[in-house]
Amino acid sequence: MKLFEYRGKELFDKYGISVPNGKLVETKNDFSGLNFPFVLKAQVPIGGRGKAGGIKSVDNLKEAQEKFSQIMGMDIKGYKVRKVLAEEKVDIKKELYLSITLDRSKRMPLIMASSEGGMDIESVPDSKIFKEWINPLIGIQSFHIRSIISKLKLGKEDGKEAAKVISKIYKLFREYDCELVEINPLIIKKDGGVMALDSKVNINDDAMYRHQDIEPEVVELTPLEKDAKEKGIAFIQLEGNIGVIANGAGLTMATLDALTNYNGKGGVFLDLGGTDDPEKVKQAFELMKKAKPKVIFLNLFGGITKCDTVAKGVKEVITKEGIDCPVITRIKGCNEDQAKDILKDAGLITGTTLQDAAQKSSDLAR
Amino acid sequence: MAIFVDNNSKVVVQGATGHQGVFHIGAMKEFGTKVVAGVTPGKAGQKVENVPIFDNVFDAVNECDANTSLILVPARFAKDAVFEALDAGCKTVVVITENIPFHDAMEFVHYAKYKNAVLIGPNCPGIASPGKTKIGILPGQIFKEGNIGVASRSGTLTYEIVNSLSEKGIGQSTCVGLGGDPIIGTTFIDSLNAFEKDKDTKAVVLVGEIGGTAEEEAADHIKEYISKPVFAFIAGRTAPPGKRMGHAGAIIARGKGTAESKIKAFKDADVQVAKFPTDIADIIESSI
Repeated sequence: MKLFEYRGKELFDKYGISVPNGKLVETKNDFSGLNFPFVLKAQVPIGGRGKAGGIKSVDNLKEAQEKFSQIMGMDIKGYKVRKVLAEEKVDIKKELYLSITLDRSKRMPLIMASSEGGMDIESVPDSKIFKEWINPLIGIQSFHIRSIISKLKLGKEDGKEAAKVISKIYKLFREYDCELVEINPLIIKKDGGVMALDSKVNINDDAMYRHQDIEPEVVELTPLEKDAKEKGIAFIQLEGNIGVIANGAGLTMATLDALTNYNGKGGVFLDLGGTDDPEKVKQAFELMKKAKPKVIFLNLFGGITKCDTVAKGVKEVITKEGIDCPVITRIKGCNEDQAKDILKDAGLITGTTLQDAAQKSSDLAR
Repeated sequence: MAIFVDNNSKVVVQGATGHQGVFHIGAMKEFGTKVVAGVTPGKAGQKVENVPIFDNVFDAVNECDANTSLILVPARFAKDAVFEALDAGCKTVVVITENIPFHDAMEFVHYAKYKNAVLIGPNCPGIASPGKTKIGILPGQIFKEGNIGVASRSGTLTYEIVNSLSEKGIGQSTCVGLGGDPIIGTTFIDSLNAFEKDKDTKAVVLVGEIGGTAEEEAADHIKEYISKPVFAFIAGRTAPPGKRMGHAGAIIARGKGTAESKIKAFKDADVQVAKFPTDIADIIESSI
């Protein structure tokens, strides 16, 4: 889960990392306790909001009210701004970049730091990004931190302060099951001290159960996606017009690929997972019907899942409620012959191979 | 021969008395797997499919000589279960459980390394050496004994590919389901190294997916260290762009991670990449 900037900063504050004096502003008459000049920042879970006009600097009340009204409610890359953070300006001596993320190949937390902070870090060359990997069995040690700090060339006092921030974000990263903690920029203030001007904190969804203090962010889903989520079915809406039902993420992806080979385009992507529960299959089909694809392509491999049980579920939906688009099926694996008979009986078109079925689906969708 | 697991694997199932545990103990025994014990805290003395249940892994190791653990416990208990298996002396641990917090996986993957144990998974279907043993939830009927090694990041897609190999009479030495999580124990490279050494493996099939850089790293490794022929399939050429871990994730990847990048890396390493999953069997048939 991606936390909004202000919530990331609440965590920074909890871990003793200093952040600018600021507050979440709800209305345009809500600027008490803030000293001018300050900055208004749209709270959206996506980067690039500065370029989109979501960050504005203000010098007086009139300006603050005007700019607040512009930012609140604006659309940034599909996200409507519902929260605005106001923060006092700070005099900057130097901007740094600091992050911890997971290195999948080394299977360790990776700390990255650069003295080229503040800008788009993806455009900073590798030679200017300093990296340190932390084996989770030993955790962060002084030598890791010394190694990064010496490369940043900060001077004694600033180096000491930055070192503390590194050990604090590592603690935060581990204790809150983070996928990412990123501070860009981490600044050295003109009058001394280190401060986080931005925050990006992503928490691993699988670990949310042990962070009850983090209130889940409201995610905007389409009505169908919401329906699917409630039923526990993996469902993604795409741009094409072929509805794909398959079991397992890899097979579902391979099915979409196969359609592309015949110029077909997947419109909905529905993964049954390991289930052959006829009730679940029924729900999946009902959901698919609501998405109104031009063709439905059911691609199933029965391993532990029994093909005939799935077929029974499909037949039940179709004979009871009817279906107003062609359904192409391709069934392989455990009890496939029984399954094919059942589906034929229900009047569905069966493909002999993945290629054959993908081609039939693509042709019918044209 | 086979890799990682064979006739000498004596399996203890952690999470043995749940619905999944009972079903798969039966299925594994039918395949010929030596399932010697089960563990569910508080249920010592019971039996599942004639397999004795213990309160902890240490008892299962002491009394039944278990050397391999299959983890079927729920995600929030998985870290504890893996640590227990490793401390009790299991040298191979297969973790089926999905949705394990990756910080937990990171810890037990490194602990397994420290203990010189092979850890497969998490979030994987398990491993099978046809004719010898199967440890996990893979469907037994799709396998055939032979000399093709398979390592895969996917579940059902692997079954599909293995099944099409078997139907053509192309058997397998070992099939390893590596798992689909960002953090996994055994990697493509570990599997390739083991298959390279295995006398009974003549060629290797890798089944990859978009995301991460495991396929690119495998391709680099093949160029230098693997002499046996390798074939591959990559799923997700047309999948919508997935989640990205902010800018930091993009820095690590630096343009890698897409299907195009993986396919190119494999082709550069002389690995034939199939267009459809079932094509792998045809390609192998015509080239070996």
